[in-house]
Amino acid sequence: MALTITTSKSRPGDKIYLGVLGFSALVLFVLIVGIAATLAWQSRLSIQATGFKFVTLSVWDDAAGTYGIWPFLFGTLYSSLIALLLAVPISLGAAIFLAELCPKWLRTPITFLIELLAAIPSVVYGLWGIFVLTPFLRDKLMTPLADKKIPLFQGAGFGPSMLTAGVILAIMILPFITAVSRDILKAIPKAQREASYGLGGTKWETISKVVLPYSRSGIIGAVMLGLGRAFGETMAVTMVIGNQAAQTDSGISLNLFEPGYTMASALANKFNEAQPGLSTSALIEIGLVLFIVAVIINSCARLLVRLTGKSVNK
Amino acid sequence: MRNLKFQQISGAGATFPELLYNNWAKEYKATGGVAVNYQGIGSGGGIKAITAKTVDFGASDSPLNAEELKGAPKILHLPMCAGAVVVAYNAPGVPNGLKLTGAVIADIFLHKITAWNDPRISGLNPGIKLPASRIVTVSRSDSSGTTAIFTNYLAKVSPAFKAGIGEGKSVNWTKGGLAGKGNPGVAAFIKQTPGAIGYVELAFADKNAITYAYVQNAKKNFVAPTLASTSAAAAGVKLPGDFCAMATNTGEPTGYPIAGFTWILLYPDAKPEVKKFLRWCLTTGQKSAAKYDYAPLPAGVQKRVLDALKKIGG
Repeated sequence: MALTITTSKSRPGDKIYLGVLGFSALVLFVLIVGIAATLAWQSRLSIQATGFKFVTLSVWDDAAGTYGIWPFLFGTLYSSLIALLLAVPISLGAAIFLAELCPKWLRTPITFLIELLAAIPSVVYGLWGIFVLTPFLRDKLMTPLADKKIPLFQGAGFGPSMLTAGVILAIMILPFITAVSRDILKAIPKAQREASYGLGGTKWETISKVVLPYSRSGIIGAVMLGLGRAFGETMAVTMVIGNQAAQTDSGISLNLFEPGYTMASALANKFNEAQPGLSTSALIEIGLVLFIVAVIINSCARLLVRLTGKSVNK
Repeated sequence: MRNLKFQQISGAGATFPELLYNNWAKEYKATGGVAVNYQGIGSGGGIKAITAKTVDFGASDSPLNAEELKGAPKILHLPMCAGAVVVAYNAPGVPNGLKLTGAVIADIFLHKITAWNDPRISGLNPGIKLPASRIVTVSRSDSSGTTAIFTNYLAKVSPAFKAGIGEGKSVNWTKGGLAGKGNPGVAAFIKQTPGAIGYVELAFADKNAITYAYVQNAKKNFVAPTLASTSAAAAGVKLPGDFCAMATNTGEPTGYPIAGFTWILLYPDAKPEVKKFLRWCLTTGQKSAAKYDYAPLPAGVQKRVLDALKKIGG
């Protein structure tokens, strides 16, 4: 807390400084705990009524009072996974290029464009998704492959689909991962690179054996930042994912051309008109689940950083 | 002790009549009335707001259900105008005005009719060349009064629809279609997806130049959705004392069958200014409703609503 104890011997300026910084950190902590507590409290009705089945049931039926979010949960994870698979290689490639190989005159325009991508509002991505990306994917990919029965690359093929959502998300998280990764690569001490070159390492060896391992934890952090955005993205996904569970009994499908649903888009769709009571409580529980999933994924990432970090240092 | 300078009344609810209420508020203020602030937050939100009395009046596209009435037992429903839901489609090469019956629309949304050249559609439309492409159904992903009117009609004309999907502001659609958020979301999917069929409000369809169907009414006439046919449909409804009835499947020969009222919700002890404003809406306001693409109340209904308003001192 911002306690400024003037009786101490040290200079008051230091105390104030410490107090302000400590307070800022505490605000973050209180916010997160507060949000989690509010979500849990507001969703207690639904937690009591549905229990753990909430995440395993496939039917969301307001009229019947059945609330299951398995298709939404799956949709969030699957669309984010597609986005990461598409975005991470491109982002890392761009970041390495910008930090290590790019001629100076080209660096500024490329950086500017990438930052511009990050500044576009998500509803604009959504509109572009509906009017450009969706018809393009449908006519150039889904329709030609419709009868080929290629695993994953099949499904309804209406246009709005898990794949469309994944591609939109990939484009949206690309600038974040790129910008953060580039900054991390840039922050690597020059001595590290020079040592590698001094030992006769080529440019490629320096990048792959020195620069990337050195910045591994930072890059994982950058990817997590992108994943977090993909998880929570609402508007653009709602506009292109189709908002319907897949045509299977479980309501989920690995087929990329099937429409889907995510937790965030379910919230956006249903919250305005939700009835008070169980229905609203169930929607808030979606928020709680989204929160818990984000915490789990972030913890896994931390663990990954720690484990891989150890092996590098040895 | 009310400060006259800040006198204003507030309302919230359905998005469908938002444009009308805002224009009415503007006209009313121009004639020296109090300021009226209406927010289109959705019917569900409007019901919540008026139940909690955080607004002076609420608005909804469907009457309160039994559970909602428990929270607000004394609430009054006053119809303000009528609206229609159009069956919009994007079938390549098919002009505006495809003829459809309620039973055929129900079977399309049940996915029993899956291609545009199905004999049950071509039988109704001799002379129109229908494509062999598949039908993609588009429904609302959010809870909505539009869905309530549409499903109420289909449940009346198709026992299979009533048993399989049912009626309500949000229903469990047969898997295998798409769903969009709000009228704009549905319209975008219809326009962007060849073979799509969905439902949007008449005012919205007119502004966006979407092709839509003529629907057969109970008197076996195929009727285009217009303000006149909507008003005619409303005139054919026997409204009970509390005005809570859907106006679908009208018996009027010229009435469009997928029509409904939109209601203002208020408590009998509402402020006098609110009642005065509503009296104005039901008299002077009715004359300008058509200008904003809303169907005025039939004369008989108008008189009865005014009488009901008088009973509570308006």
